[in-house]
Amino acid sequence: MNAPLLQVENLVREYTMPRERLLEPPHKVHALNGVSFVIEAGRSMGIVGESGSGKSTLARLVMALDQPTSGSVKLLGRDLHALPREQLRQARRDIQMVFQDPYGSLDPRQTIERIVTEPLAAQGDTARAEQHRRAADAVTSVGLRANDLRKYPHEFSGGQRQRIAIARALITRPRLIVADEPVSALDVSVQAQVLNLMQDLQAEFGITYMLISHDLAVVRHLCDDVAVLWQGRIVEQGPPERLFSAAEHPYTRALLEAVPKAEPARRKARPSGLPHGTGR
Amino acid sequence: MSAIPVATPPLLHGPGFWKRALGHRSFVIGAVLSLLLALTALLSLLWTPYSPYEVVMAAKMLPPDSHHWLGTDPYGRDVASLILVGARASIAVGVIAVSIGLLIGTAFGLLAAARRGWVEEAIMRVADFGFAFPAILSAIMLTAVFGAGMVNAIIAIGIYNIPTFARITRASANAVWSREFVLAARACGKGPLSITMEHVLPNIASVLIVQATIRFAIAILAEAALSYLGLGTQPPQPSWGRMLSEAQTLLFQAPLLAVFPGAAIALAVLGLNLLGDGLRDIFDPRLARKR
Amino acid sequence: MPLLEVSNLHVRLHTHRGPAYAVRDVSFTLERGETLGLVGESGCGKSITVMALMGLLPESAQVTGSIRFDGQELTAKSDPQMCEIRGNRIGMIFQEPMTALNPVHSIGRQVAEPLRLHRGLSASAARKEAISLLDRVGIPQAARRIDAYPHQFSGGQRQRVTIAMALACGPDLLIADEPTTALDVTIQQQILELISDLVAERGMALMLISHDLGVIAQNVARMLVMYGGSVVESGPTEAVFAHRMHPYTLGLFAARPGLLSQKGRKLATIAGSVPELVDLPAGCPFAGRCRFTIPECHVTVPPPHQVEPGHHVRCIRLEAVAAEKAAPTPTLPREGREEEAA
Repeated sequence: MNAPLLQVENLVREYTMPRERLLEPPHKVHALNGVSFVIEAGRSMGIVGESGSGKSTLARLVMALDQPTSGSVKLLGRDLHALPREQLRQARRDIQMVFQDPYGSLDPRQTIERIVTEPLAAQGDTARAEQHRRAADAVTSVGLRANDLRKYPHEFSGGQRQRIAIARALITRPRLIVADEPVSALDVSVQAQVLNLMQDLQAEFGITYMLISHDLAVVRHLCDDVAVLWQGRIVEQGPPERLFSAAEHPYTRALLEAVPKAEPARRKARPSGLPHGTGR
Repeated sequence: MSAIPVATPPLLHGPGFWKRALGHRSFVIGAVLSLLLALTALLSLLWTPYSPYEVVMAAKMLPPDSHHWLGTDPYGRDVASLILVGARASIAVGVIAVSIGLLIGTAFGLLAAARRGWVEEAIMRVADFGFAFPAILSAIMLTAVFGAGMVNAIIAIGIYNIPTFARITRASANAVWSREFVLAARACGKGPLSITMEHVLPNIASVLIVQATIRFAIAILAEAALSYLGLGTQPPQPSWGRMLSEAQTLLFQAPLLAVFPGAAIALAVLGLNLLGDGLRDIFDPRLARKR
Repeated sequence: MPLLEVSNLHVRLHTHRGPAYAVRDVSFTLERGETLGLVGESGCGKSITVMALMGLLPESAQVTGSIRFDGQELTAKSDPQMCEIRGNRIGMIFQEPMTALNPVHSIGRQVAEPLRLHRGLSASAARKEAISLLDRVGIPQAARRIDAYPHQFSGGQRQRVTIAMALACGPDLLIADEPTTALDVTIQQQILELISDLVAERGMALMLISHDLGVIAQNVARMLVMYGGSVVESGPTEAVFAHRMHPYTLGLFAARPGLLSQKGRKLATIAGSVPELVDLPAGCPFAGRCRFTIPECHVTVPPPHQVEPGHHVRCIRLEAVAAEKAAPTPTLPREGREEEAA
């Protein structure tokens, strides 16, 4: 029986805040409070959460960029946080990440070729000529051209930079791509292009996504399973069709309710004025 | 998604850099003056009107004329030649002292930013300790203890540059470490050394260049001060600072003997400062936009 | 007399690559108490239009055309004169609550600032007024928290504080530039409701700028769609949503992923990308990207054409667009299907 692609078990991450009083123990913040889920190969998972839910912490722990306080992250059966450094580096071949900010996630001083080949160069086992060829393949897969490899990030728009970031994530042919709010910083029409691209790549290269987003509609487009994260815990999990039509947890319902519908509203019947002094 | 188009950060090799540089008044004036300084020193290696070492008592204290363009000093030496050769001392001290500070200080700063924790604290506290000593007094103390001379002056000034570069490097490097492309590099499995060399250093290069030009100017002043006190470049090697000191007693009889070396120091320092300011403006895209 | 009357507004910006015509021939009116939305993606000129209204453009920008606010011509005013209007007659809320507040001043001081500046209130009178404003915008325990600093509040609360600041002097016009984009969606709803209630309560006019069609749909009665510095479509929100006429508007609606879209179904995209403001071609800014482009489109900017009372579209290909909508081809998803089923 094959191990699942990603298995997260009881992941906890605590931060100790600086002491506020000399004689009291310092305050602890639980960014993640026992999160567990499984991602099977071929079934992309969407993690929905707002700020403070712990989703960024989750992404960092899954990518082994941070150590959990307790719990485990197993990629293809191997606990990433228990691996020695060299083996962890090799394991990274199978898991890559796409970040939210297309303007910050590319080094402005490097050419596109260097940026895109970085994960491959870090593995250390590919010759330069081969790296160049793979880079050309990767950028053409995302809809750019091979001679874009010589250019610098500032010569591209936000949507194009995000494509470059996706090309970088593809170059080692990973099994799993963790995408942290990959389209949030993009305009609507550009979002659509990048989402379509991500769909195509899923089909063409057999990639599974762990997509983190606050936008339910985006998650709907790419994911087979959805987990809703709130204050460090998963409050609801399941296939999107069920979740979005018959959500059980009140937070999920509030989230669905809050999305402004693109229908011109008649003035809704609301209690006159917000109750004073209750703002969050 | 900014409303008003923001200028892209000019890379040294980008097409925008030279256009902006040549349009920036401070940069141009500073570059010209600094280039003049360098050329003066270079020229002195090939040719000087007269030998700066030759003492000709018959020609002492002459005013500027067609033979001696800037006159002669109390020993009959041609002032123009002295100024030309004196530039060598200033530049040598500037280049080597700043290089010492740059190489050692930057290395410590990068180490501090990469390791954080107690390593960073230790390095920064040592730097604070270094800052606690007033610069010129420390240089004086060092040369007084270990002996006067250009080499010791260079070492003393260089040591003083180390904490400055360490602090500046650490601050800029920390800002780069927190950027997302560094996180992306870590996510690939890159270690701190590769990240420092490949990502951090190129992104702080502009800060270091600006700082180096400014410290160069300070080094020239420091060398002049030490030479003035007799602790820096020793005779017979010409030095602008020592020329000032020698001109001191004759200030009312031959004021030009003080004016020329003084002006040379002032122009060199001014040029480098303007160059540094200009570079800082050109490298910072936000400052470059007209308000 | 309308409260705000903008006629033939042009804004030329100075960029390092040459002049950029960021706003081209924009005209609209706003009556007292009316709500108006400005929709568009980045680079369309919506924020610059608003900056021009407030006189907050950089000095190198050139503004031509007329902006009449309550009968006064704003483009003719000097900066000190505009200072009297900003924060006093026109209030503005910005996108980033994190940076809109000064981190070293207490929120009470910042809310009181417009009161002391424009209404000349004493410190204690301003403080009392600030407490009542903070309470109205929903800051819990306003009297106790008035001396707290911005970092002690959440993003949503900070935005409420900036709303209080904008409202302090009872402006006639409130401009909200992407007020909820940086906030979580659950907070977004609360903030938008707060703004709507305050606007209705105080009879202010509202200009709401957003890239989110849902936000526009729920909060404004009239809307302008901007692309490449021009208003390509304008009219009552209901009319524009029901009868999207401009090809760009169509594309914008079609490209939104909806909650009911199926996984695996492709989103209709607009080919190409938004051109930089310096690179805008002559003629219609959408020509080239537009499916219906013909050579005439590249020649001049189309004049506004009225398709129904109050609903104007700048396009010369409206018959072709209407024809395609009547008989949908497989490439064009039936617009409105998601919303109908909702």
